[in-house]
Amino acid sequence: MATTNTQATARVMMAPSVIILLLWMIVPLAMTIYFSTLNYNLFNPAETPFIGFLNYEYFLTDPAFLTALTNTLILVLGVLAITVIGGILLALLLDQAMWGAGIVRLLVIAPFFVMPTVSALVWKNMMMNPVYGLIGQFTRALGLGTVDWLSQVPLLSIIIIVSWEWLPFAVLILLTALQSLSEDQKEAAEMDGAGFLSIFWYITLPHIARAITVVILIETIFLLSIFAEIYVTTGGGPGNATTNIPYLVYAQALLQFDVGGASAGGIVAVILANIVAFFLVRLVGKNLET
Amino acid sequence: MSGIQLRNVAKRFGDAEVIPGIDLDIQDGEFVVFVGPSGCGKSTLLRLIAGLEDVSGGTISIGGKDVTDAAPARRGLAMVFQSYALYPHMSVAANIGFPLKMAGQSKAAIDQKVKAAAATLNLTDYLARKPRELSGGQRQRVAIGRAIVREPEGFLFDEPLSNLDAALRVNMRLELSELHAQLKTTMIYVTHDQVEAMTMADKIVVLNRGRVEQVGSPLDLYNHPDNLFVAGFIGSPKMNFIKGAYAKEHGAATVGFRPEHTTLSKESGAIKGVAGVSEHLGSDTFVHVKLEDGTQVTARCAGEMAVRHGDTVWLTPEDGRLHRFDEKGLAMREAAPKLRAAGSGL
Repeated sequence: MATTNTQATARVMMAPSVIILLLWMIVPLAMTIYFSTLNYNLFNPAETPFIGFLNYEYFLTDPAFLTALTNTLILVLGVLAITVIGGILLALLLDQAMWGAGIVRLLVIAPFFVMPTVSALVWKNMMMNPVYGLIGQFTRALGLGTVDWLSQVPLLSIIIIVSWEWLPFAVLILLTALQSLSEDQKEAAEMDGAGFLSIFWYITLPHIARAITVVILIETIFLLSIFAEIYVTTGGGPGNATTNIPYLVYAQALLQFDVGGASAGGIVAVILANIVAFFLVRLVGKNLET
Repeated sequence: MSGIQLRNVAKRFGDAEVIPGIDLDIQDGEFVVFVGPSGCGKSTLLRLIAGLEDVSGGTISIGGKDVTDAAPARRGLAMVFQSYALYPHMSVAANIGFPLKMAGQSKAAIDQKVKAAAATLNLTDYLARKPRELSGGQRQRVAIGRAIVREPEGFLFDEPLSNLDAALRVNMRLELSELHAQLKTTMIYVTHDQVEAMTMADKIVVLNRGRVEQVGSPLDLYNHPDNLFVAGFIGSPKMNFIKGAYAKEHGAATVGFRPEHTTLSKESGAIKGVAGVSEHLGSDTFVHVKLEDGTQVTARCAGEMAVRHGDTVWLTPEDGRLHRFDEKGLAMREAAPKLRAAGSGL
């Protein structure tokens, strides 16, 4: 493709951007690693003695850590399940030719443009509030009584809110994938005697498999760091019921003023994210090469 | 038993009437070609027969059964698409076996039938491959394989060769004709290429703007076109048409004669013109001639014919090969003997 000469030139030309990007990443990471080895408390920021891995030991043996880890996993998997399955169904629906499809598509995409803090507040006060919330009023009208969502099923509530935000993204990606499926293939399958479910299973699903992997990959990256929704609704509670790893790191740093411990938590989160990314990239790589 | 009958079949898309109403009988085992220019409704007609489009009126029956409202899979027809429409994520074997799998047949039965079909189509070595690893001709064969394993009552081909290069197209044409000779199943084949129609068909249906212009055997259409459209569409290069005084001599509004039935001379003849471009094909030479009234005609001459651009030439249509058409463009047949007399007088 290129001679040694042009390759060398290309490297020189790219160097400035690569160096800037590297610094952008390496400097905060290095500082976090450095802080994570100090006894750095905001009550006494003048003295920050080196304490080795003690911060890690405290963070990992904290009973809240295991809870936060499980909560993070439940949150990510729950939202992924809802958005992928719901996204496929909605995309199938929107792929049909129908009157006003353009407007419906726009409405479906809309939640994606609402910022997380706002949508979480709207859900907290207008939907899930047991007294004024629409859901509560609806179930009361049916004679079913009410659920105090955020205190009785806090993690499920968070999952619902985050799913609402991410469903449009999944629908958007999956709908474009569906629209690229050639009509001929569906017709050929129809001629071959395949019914609706068979066409979905043997033709449609394999066709959108790649898009599904992309949705899972991108959503996972963002869902691992969900914070705003928890902060404005439950504040990690009740107890630790909705505390995930990012929220635990926040609590360590700004509620307990323990910068060293929070930094250790941050590094743990980075390692966890990398483990997840390792598996995801293998999954995606397998799907993308075909 | 699998003749196909169309009775007054019509198709409208909204206000646009694509097919106003067609009657057609296709006999069991026939190789029928629908041919016509693009947009003439030939593909739509095929899709109506397949059941991929609903008819707006009329009835379709296959093997004596009314299938007008039957689902595509219930009609016992198999279709080969222009784009092949192979399933990209399935192996060749899975592609061919898909209709059998949908029919709920056992793995062993599917395996055996797929192998048999692959053997017929020279695909045995490729069964494990994915469609994208195959050449155009091989993909085409997989699509045909997927059609033949079902042992359908009829095959529908929607311009199956138009994505192949010229050499391959000639080969596949022969293979398809060979397949028809082996299976003896009804085949309906849609194409815009009149050469494919002439070489493969038992019966050609010429369509134009949703109407059947003429139905007949290839030679029938070639020798006795019903109207100007069929006369101009069938045959290559296309038939020469002359209006005016020369046509009036023969008592017609338009006369037509084929390039291959035209004698070209530099000394004398019936029609005078100026030679334009000569195309040398080796075996033949096509000489394009501009007549005095501006009409462009073509003459097919021997390969060695040497006519220079700008030479004055005379053309003479062969005896008894002159086609006469009235003002509406319909063929005038009843006066054929008299035509011969007039022709010999030239």
